[in-house]
Amino acid sequence: MARAVTPQRKVINTALAWGVGLLIFFPILWTILTSFKTEAQAIADPPLFLNFDWTLENYAIVQERSDYMRFLWNSVIIAGGSTLLGIVIAVPAAWSMAFVPGRWTKDILLWMLSTKMLPAVGVLYPIYLIFIKLGLLDSRGGLVVVLMLINLPIIVWMLYTYFKEIPGEILEAARMDGAGLREELLYVLTPMAIPGIASTVLLNIILAWNEAFWTLNLTAAKAAPLTAFIASYSSPEGLFYAKLSAASTMAIAPILILGWFSQKQLVRGLTFGAVK
Amino acid sequence: MGRIVLDKVTKSFGDVQVIPPLDLTIEDGEFTVFVGPSGCGKSTLLRLIAGLEDVSTGQIRIDRQDATMVPPAKRGLAMVFQSYALYPHMSVRKNIAFPLRMAKLDQAEIDRRVTGAAEVLNLTDYLDRRPGQLSGGQRQRVAIGRAIVREPAAFLFDEPLSNLDAALRVGMRLEISELHERLKTTMIYVTHDQVEAMTMADKIVVLRAGNIEQVGSPLELYREPRNLFVAGFIGSPRMNFIEGPEAAKLGAKTIGIRPEHITVSDSEGPWSGVVSVSEHLGSDTYFHVHDTGLAETITVRADGEVGFRHGDRIHLTPRMDVMQRFDAEGLRIA
Repeated sequence: MARAVTPQRKVINTALAWGVGLLIFFPILWTILTSFKTEAQAIADPPLFLNFDWTLENYAIVQERSDYMRFLWNSVIIAGGSTLLGIVIAVPAAWSMAFVPGRWTKDILLWMLSTKMLPAVGVLYPIYLIFIKLGLLDSRGGLVVVLMLINLPIIVWMLYTYFKEIPGEILEAARMDGAGLREELLYVLTPMAIPGIASTVLLNIILAWNEAFWTLNLTAAKAAPLTAFIASYSSPEGLFYAKLSAASTMAIAPILILGWFSQKQLVRGLTFGAVK
Repeated sequence: MGRIVLDKVTKSFGDVQVIPPLDLTIEDGEFTVFVGPSGCGKSTLLRLIAGLEDVSTGQIRIDRQDATMVPPAKRGLAMVFQSYALYPHMSVRKNIAFPLRMAKLDQAEIDRRVTGAAEVLNLTDYLDRRPGQLSGGQRQRVAIGRAIVREPAAFLFDEPLSNLDAALRVGMRLEISELHERLKTTMIYVTHDQVEAMTMADKIVVLRAGNIEQVGSPLELYREPRNLFVAGFIGSPRMNFIEGPEAAKLGAKTIGIRPEHITVSDSEGPWSGVVSVSEHLGSDTYFHVHDTGLAETITVRADGEVGFRHGDRIHLTPRMDVMQRFDAEGLRIA
């Protein structure tokens, strides 16, 4: 399908695309800019865009007041751990749904997804009680499990759609070649699904990294990840915008960098199966 | 060894029985072809033998061992799929070595066997390529290589040539036949192409709607088809069937005569008709004759080049000694 695109049209389209991109990115940009301002400049009216005295003092104060590395480490463990655990559980689940579907497979898939329609707060109370009983409050292990369960439907769904694209005959060939279930999953299915698994992992890490509801409610100090780190700067004693911004920037920086480097993989993953 | 016995095997999908109770013995070393129109259950039967589908009732024995509940990996059979089903993420070498790796052979033995198979199949130069970089014929050879390295009790082929173009198909057909001559291993081959069946098989199993219509050597099926279905399915071009007074004269409901058993003449013969289409192949000439009063079209195959054209009136003489007679049930009258 050839369509004539005039140079003017191209310029307008490009400008429009940049406009939309900037609009979406602006809050993040504003947060980053604010983190380099003094508290007074941060609330100045009219707002200051670039013409202020750039300072790193917010970062120094934030680092001094709270141990950033500890929160970061908790985030890495919780996001990475829940993703890893989720993949280990979801690969066999998606395998069985894609290659040996039963009468209820479609219903189970939908039912799993329906759990995402429930407001999280609706199950906060029971989960909180379970956590108390099991002594999991403010533990990284507990959060790994909860975040894994929260995101499991999405992981299974994504893997299921990838697996559906893999011809079943190849797995049958593996079975004929003497591969047991473990070998079939390990040597044939998983390597073939690597692109799909990679984008699933990435998306899930981002989701788990940014998860605030459960991390805030189920942690206090020991297992608190970066989301709790940010929240600790929005205190009732008064808002310190510059410091809050510095904390936010520090919290989102790792995931922003990860997303930047893996954007190709992510876009491919999110649009996979849309066009055959 | 690879003697395979199916004992009252049935297969149902839900309420639909695709294989009614079926008995079949495939002798060790035999090249058996399952042939039939699409949907006749031939692939299902092969998958039952492979273990990729579970039988509903009955028993499958491989070399006297009950294999009915044995998983495919443990049956000692190798399969070549229509789509080749190569592992796209592995090199040709790794593809061929995969069953040996699964069998936990040591690396030296794996290398030896892979090299051997690659030589036999002319794949030596391609061992480090991925399947995506190979042509259809080469991919099929890799699939065969993957099957032969493990020295299975039997090979199962599921329409292995249908994705290849015509010229390549004839070549691969010969290669598979030669492979069988050399290995003397049991082979079960599924196809809908009766030419493949006739040229390759020691034994042909003709299937229709899950039922075995006839089992026999290619020439037995050609000369003594058990019923109308087999008579029509085996042989190319198809056998001519004639009903009515001409059949009644011979004491049959239907009579059948193969195109190659009719001679043409411009002046004499008991039947006559008008040439509708003539196909000149050089080696043979096919005539599709209308207005014979016997059947809508009578197909005739004449040796060499015979010069009748569209619209010519010609006379036909069937060879009475090979005329087949069928009764009202469609069964051949001996």
